Amino acid sequence: MIILKQKNFEDILEALSGEQKIFVAGCADCATTCKVGGEEEVAEMKKKLEEAGFQVTGTYVFDTACLSGEVRQKGRDNEEALKEADSVLVLACGTGAQTIGDLLGVTIHPGLESLFIGEVVRLGKYQEKCRACGECILEYTDGICPVTRCSKGLLNGPCGGYSKDGKCEVDPDKDCAWLLIYERLKERGHLDKMKTPREPKDYSKMLSPRQLVWKKSKEKAKTAGGTK
Amino acid sequence: MKLQQALDSGGFVVTGEIGPPKGTDLHSALEEAKEYYTDNVVAVNVTDLQSSVLRVGSMAVCHKLLDIGIEPIYQMTCRDRNRLALQSDLLSASVLGLENVLALTGDHVPLGDHPQAKPVFDIDSVQLLYVIEALRQGKDMAGNELSGVPSFFPGAVVSPCAEPLEPQLIKMEKKINAGAKFFQTQAVYDPGAFEKFMDKVRGFGVPVLVGIVLLKSAGMAKFMNENVAGVSVPDALIKELGSVDKKDRKKKSVEIAARLLREMKGMCQGAHIMPLGWDSEVPKVLAAATA
Repeated sequence: MIILKQKNFEDILEALSGEQKIFVAGCADCATTCKVGGEEEVAEMKKKLEEAGFQVTGTYVFDTACLSGEVRQKGRDNEEALKEADSVLVLACGTGAQTIGDLLGVTIHPGLESLFIGEVVRLGKYQEKCRACGECILEYTDGICPVTRCSKGLLNGPCGGYSKDGKCEVDPDKDCAWLLIYERLKERGHLDKMKTPREPKDYSKMLSPRQLVWKKSKEKAKTAGGTK
Repeated sequence: MKLQQALDSGGFVVTGEIGPPKGTDLHSALEEAKEYYTDNVVAVNVTDLQSSVLRVGSMAVCHKLLDIGIEPIYQMTCRDRNRLALQSDLLSASVLGLENVLALTGDHVPLGDHPQAKPVFDIDSVQLLYVIEALRQGKDMAGNELSGVPSFFPGAVVSPCAEPLEPQLIKMEKKINAGAKFFQTQAVYDPGAFEKFMDKVRGFGVPVLVGIVLLKSAGMAKFMNENVAGVSVPDALIKELGSVDKKDRKKKSVEIAARLLREMKGMCQGAHIMPLGWDSEVPKVLAAATA
């Protein structure tokens, strides 16, 4: 899940200055779970914008704003209201905002901050657990990611910065990931995993902009086509 | 390679430490090093932007120490440089005549005076030790041959009073396997805890220099207890330090450091004294510890 929060309304107003007609878009996926871009929040945003003197030409909550097919189709359904608007205020993640902007050919304003990929611990509490590094090492740590959850992303065990109560020196509200790993490995009799030296990460796997194209499937498709 | 020779000879080895200044004025740092460290310590660490606070670099100050006849220990952290920059700096350090390198992960960026900076941590301290070893063997991290091979004497750090201790021991062994030839420790104020630590690491066969940080005031001791992980100043020491007038504080600080050193001398192979600017007190600590 992409963890999101809304931008300050004052900052949104500043971004919209000089415009009059706004379309408000939301997303029924992450933005709804985080309660910042679902039906309720989009309606609330519409109300606030109207109170601030804007004309809201329409609103729509996409099922998933980062699915291009969905955005194209629902964009057509809302064509008139979109066309009438000076811009679209998007209450979705940065990917959703760009999908909407690119595919619908509209000026967008991001209404949310995309924070991280995280777990919804409970409503209002979210924790980052994966950095999408492209080289998952959960195997070696019995399911706790030090790349994400150790503030220094260390691969070979903790630094000297953990407190007696197992917190990180950078932020006493955060657990030292390596102590969590140590305790779990010890309990399960897997401490040998911690003793094995780990090589440096291959950061070329995190080179932006990342993309994934199913080459194999294409080849398969080609082959399949050839045999026809 | 005075440090290596001193450690090999089996005598008790004392090292000191300089935190480079913020700015280009090295005058007093070098004057003090010359006056208080020459003849008193075997080598002097130069910290690498300690506490993530911007300062002049360790390499330049190490080179200046060499110029005045003091053996430097080049501290290198993984916080600010990726693997290209780390390797390049290691080669540069070698070109400048530096041999002793202390490999550290480094304090985190938010703790310093540029909290908005991008933290690097491309590799960690264990991996940095492997890199140093590879360079010594004439290869870079990518396996390419070097033209001209550096000579290094690598060391590492450990936190003997961390709780739990076992993760530190696991990492210490990894550092030894990666090539660490000596260890300097985090500040120790509890000889009992240090003895237990040494009992566990003696078998590793690598020299350990116990970390002695001069306590400047009861306030500093309390601050360390609250903010510095792995450091625990016993209440009795805080009381002792707080019991004297401000003018006698340096004397008391020296007395405490010397006492700690005396108590732990027999347990390990040396001491690393971190005076945090009170360089002038280091000879007094050493004299008092042997008295």
